[in-house]
Amino acid sequence: MSFNDSFFAAKFGIARRELENYLEDALSRGGDYADLYFEYLATSSISIDESIVKSATQGVSVGVGVRVIAGERTGYAYSDDLSPEKIKHAAQVAALIASGPAKVEKTALHEGVKRNLYPVLTAPSETAFRERVELAQRADRAARAYDPRIFQVQVTYADNLREVLVATSDGVLNFDRQPLARMSVFTLARDGNGVPQQGHSGGGGRYELSWFQNERTPESFAKEAARQALVQLDAVEAPAGEQIVVLGPGWPGVLLHEAVGHGLEADFNRKGVSAFSGRIGQQVASPLCTVVDDGTIGGRRGSLNVDDEGNETQRNVLIENGVLRGYLQDNLSSRILGAKPTGSGRRESYEHIPMPRMTNTFMMAGESDPADIIRSVPRGLYCANFAGGQVDITSGNFVFSASESYLIEDGKLTRPVRNATLIGNGPEAMKYVSMVGNDLKLDEGIGICGKEGQSVPVGVGIPTVRIDRMTVGGTA
Amino acid sequence: MTFDRLPEIAQAAIKQALDEGAGDAECTISEGDEFSASVRMGEVETLKEAGSRGAGLRVLIGQCMGSSYTSDLTPEGIRHMVRSAIDLASVTTEDPHAGLPDADELGSITGDLRLFSEDVAGLPAELKIDSAKRAEAAALAFDPRITNSEGGSFDSNIGGRVFANSRGFIGAYRSTYCSISAVPVAIQNGAMERDYWFTMARDFAGLEDPESVGRIAAERAIRRLGAVKVETQRVPVIFEPRVARTLLGNLFEAVEGRSIYRQASFLAGKLGEKIADQRITLIDDGTIPHLFGSQPFDDEGVPTRRTPVIEKGVLKSYLLNTYTARKLGMKTTGNASRGITGNAGIGHGNFFLEAGDKSPEEMIRGVRNGFYVTELIGSGVNIVTGDYSRGAVGLWVRDGELAFPVSEVTIASTLQEMLNNVAEIGSDLEFRGSVSAPTIMIGEMTVAGR
Repeated sequence: MSFNDSFFAAKFGIARRELENYLEDALSRGGDYADLYFEYLATSSISIDESIVKSATQGVSVGVGVRVIAGERTGYAYSDDLSPEKIKHAAQVAALIASGPAKVEKTALHEGVKRNLYPVLTAPSETAFRERVELAQRADRAARAYDPRIFQVQVTYADNLREVLVATSDGVLNFDRQPLARMSVFTLARDGNGVPQQGHSGGGGRYELSWFQNERTPESFAKEAARQALVQLDAVEAPAGEQIVVLGPGWPGVLLHEAVGHGLEADFNRKGVSAFSGRIGQQVASPLCTVVDDGTIGGRRGSLNVDDEGNETQRNVLIENGVLRGYLQDNLSSRILGAKPTGSGRRESYEHIPMPRMTNTFMMAGESDPADIIRSVPRGLYCANFAGGQVDITSGNFVFSASESYLIEDGKLTRPVRNATLIGNGPEAMKYVSMVGNDLKLDEGIGICGKEGQSVPVGVGIPTVRIDRMTVGGTA
Repeated sequence: MTFDRLPEIAQAAIKQALDEGAGDAECTISEGDEFSASVRMGEVETLKEAGSRGAGLRVLIGQCMGSSYTSDLTPEGIRHMVRSAIDLASVTTEDPHAGLPDADELGSITGDLRLFSEDVAGLPAELKIDSAKRAEAAALAFDPRITNSEGGSFDSNIGGRVFANSRGFIGAYRSTYCSISAVPVAIQNGAMERDYWFTMARDFAGLEDPESVGRIAAERAIRRLGAVKVETQRVPVIFEPRVARTLLGNLFEAVEGRSIYRQASFLAGKLGEKIADQRITLIDDGTIPHLFGSQPFDDEGVPTRRTPVIEKGVLKSYLLNTYTARKLGMKTTGNASRGITGNAGIGHGNFFLEAGDKSPEEMIRGVRNGFYVTELIGSGVNIVTGDYSRGAVGLWVRDGELAFPVSEVTIASTLQEMLNNVAEIGSDLEFRGSVSAPTIMIGEMTVAGR
């Protein structure tokens, strides 16, 4: 597809010449670099609770953000009105970050290379609403049918279709159509009049709606959510203190996101405020660990054809055999550091300034048989699922909360334990990785990452991993 | 288009919805103008200035609900929004409890809540940038170990809100806020620690001076240097006000109507029971002038009010909107809260714990061996079961004094036990945001470390 057939050209009559003019306005006060980010976002969501379709919402928002960089300074303005005078005004406001005569010659925009990691003909948001409601209802029925102890089920389904257009004073002109859908199932289970326990599962990605019919059905999420709640009914107290921890494959990859990923975002490192600052080339993990951030995996929730600064996403090796290799760059940091962009510039919406962010972050598979890893542990904790995590990038301390875990006793999984928080220090924790499984698994596609008030969809993944020392928070 | 014109647009949307077959409808319009300036190491880092607005609509056809939103407030955008909501009402299920508040519940509190201040709108950019610079500079000057910074910032927002429904309610109000913050980084023996501090007010005149923000932030970062991990043990735990607020956040989730009717809260079915130490009195009050949690009516057009949630340890009230009140056979408490999209959820006004009579210094003095928590991270709180397990940073208390910094540990208990095991409440209640708490001491929790 050429620019003239692209969404913003066709629907809003945006012409290439106009984009060049707005960039000229943005740089009229002497800025070094400018970009325009046009965004059209159509969202839908459905919520089922008590088997009633309690809410169905859809809506549209449109806007453009204008950014100007002058040295290390950033000026930003946006408009939810795409009329030429409003865009011009936003460009003029952003321009004020610099003061002086224009010094960049008028931009000639060139269309970027085209590829499509998510060749979705009909986005989920373009299908009949009723079809999507029926999918959510299937999950509700399946969760309730799974076991009589399941007494509450809540299903949410949400999708969006984002059309973006990025034009930069470096001459980049890129546009992309980004579909995304996700289903989540929450359950509550109870034994007689006992304490209720919750379970949660879900998944999605940049797929057609048929993915939920053929690949991961509503029933599969429902059963998983119900199973997790039932497991918790028998959970015992979690042991507190330092112990051996085994992470199961898939979603526990959130460890990498917190322990390593955030600390390698270039903005923190450029400013020297990350625990990983200045440590490229150093051993920061056991030699068994190779950690990658890859925005190019077809259909994945964290994947993008181009990032929100118009750069193609790529596969970035963060840690190779335990040695720190590189940071995740956005345009601002790469300009200042003289590094190449890594396709990691992302933003929540046109109202937000882009920052270096992760896409799909995972550890490469190792050679151990997962069963051998569990067998190797005399006493410890096996974590199968997590609820989320957080990191203080400066001290490097991170936590993540286990939502399904089991005691390991004499090399066997025994009893389930209650939710517990695990805590560690980024550059230290992964030095204790002593076994890496051959069973790399990516998560099901529900991750949301928050940074400085901006949320973006991400993915994580990990094989079964043994960590010889980690502090477990215990319960009560 | 000025703010004064927005009520007409909301009413026009409602009329169109009724014309298209809705039995009831409500429309929310909100607008906001934001300004933010951040400086780092004395230089301007970012300047951001812009405004946007959006409208949301909820319609009922019989007992079926549909909702939609748009950022396009032109007549065409509104028409499209109305049609979307009407269409969706045909795919939702009949819900016997769905509906707008009864006409006699609608209204707005009288009197000026002083939510809007002209001085925020008129502030020159230089003054805002200068405030951010002064806060950061004071932090950097505080101690030679403060050698780096994530910056100082100034943020302000001018917001407007319009709400109208088909039962005759129409209301509008504007509000402002501004804030100054600083995030210094302290370094010692190659290890870094950062902390932050802020001031926030409805008007510029109400802000604390930037220098004191910077100094407090720096002091907080410095006292974290050289932190160690302690051994796993059970000790008294003191939550300073900034972290005590997060406990109130957990309690809010446990008393809001949705978790109650779904039985997804450890406090479901406990109304009228003693669930906490008698020193605990927890209030929600959306009517206090000038504060951040105040508004004249909630997001369904019901007047806000003062609701004692826990009184001397006894659970007195849940926090409800119209829907959850009907589910529970109760009356709304005026706590409906919504953005532009979807249905009304539940929010709080000024949600605070009443102060006790001991100063934090006296509380610390009474502890022989304990943990004074200054920051919590992670999401390890389970409202269904009450299980509580979070990452913590703070200072160890030994023989009545703050002895040394501690990090990379967790604290754990259950919210039920913590509520019943409150040993002291401080006298230092301050309204810094819409959730406020004084220092709280819990008799015993598990601190997990080495």
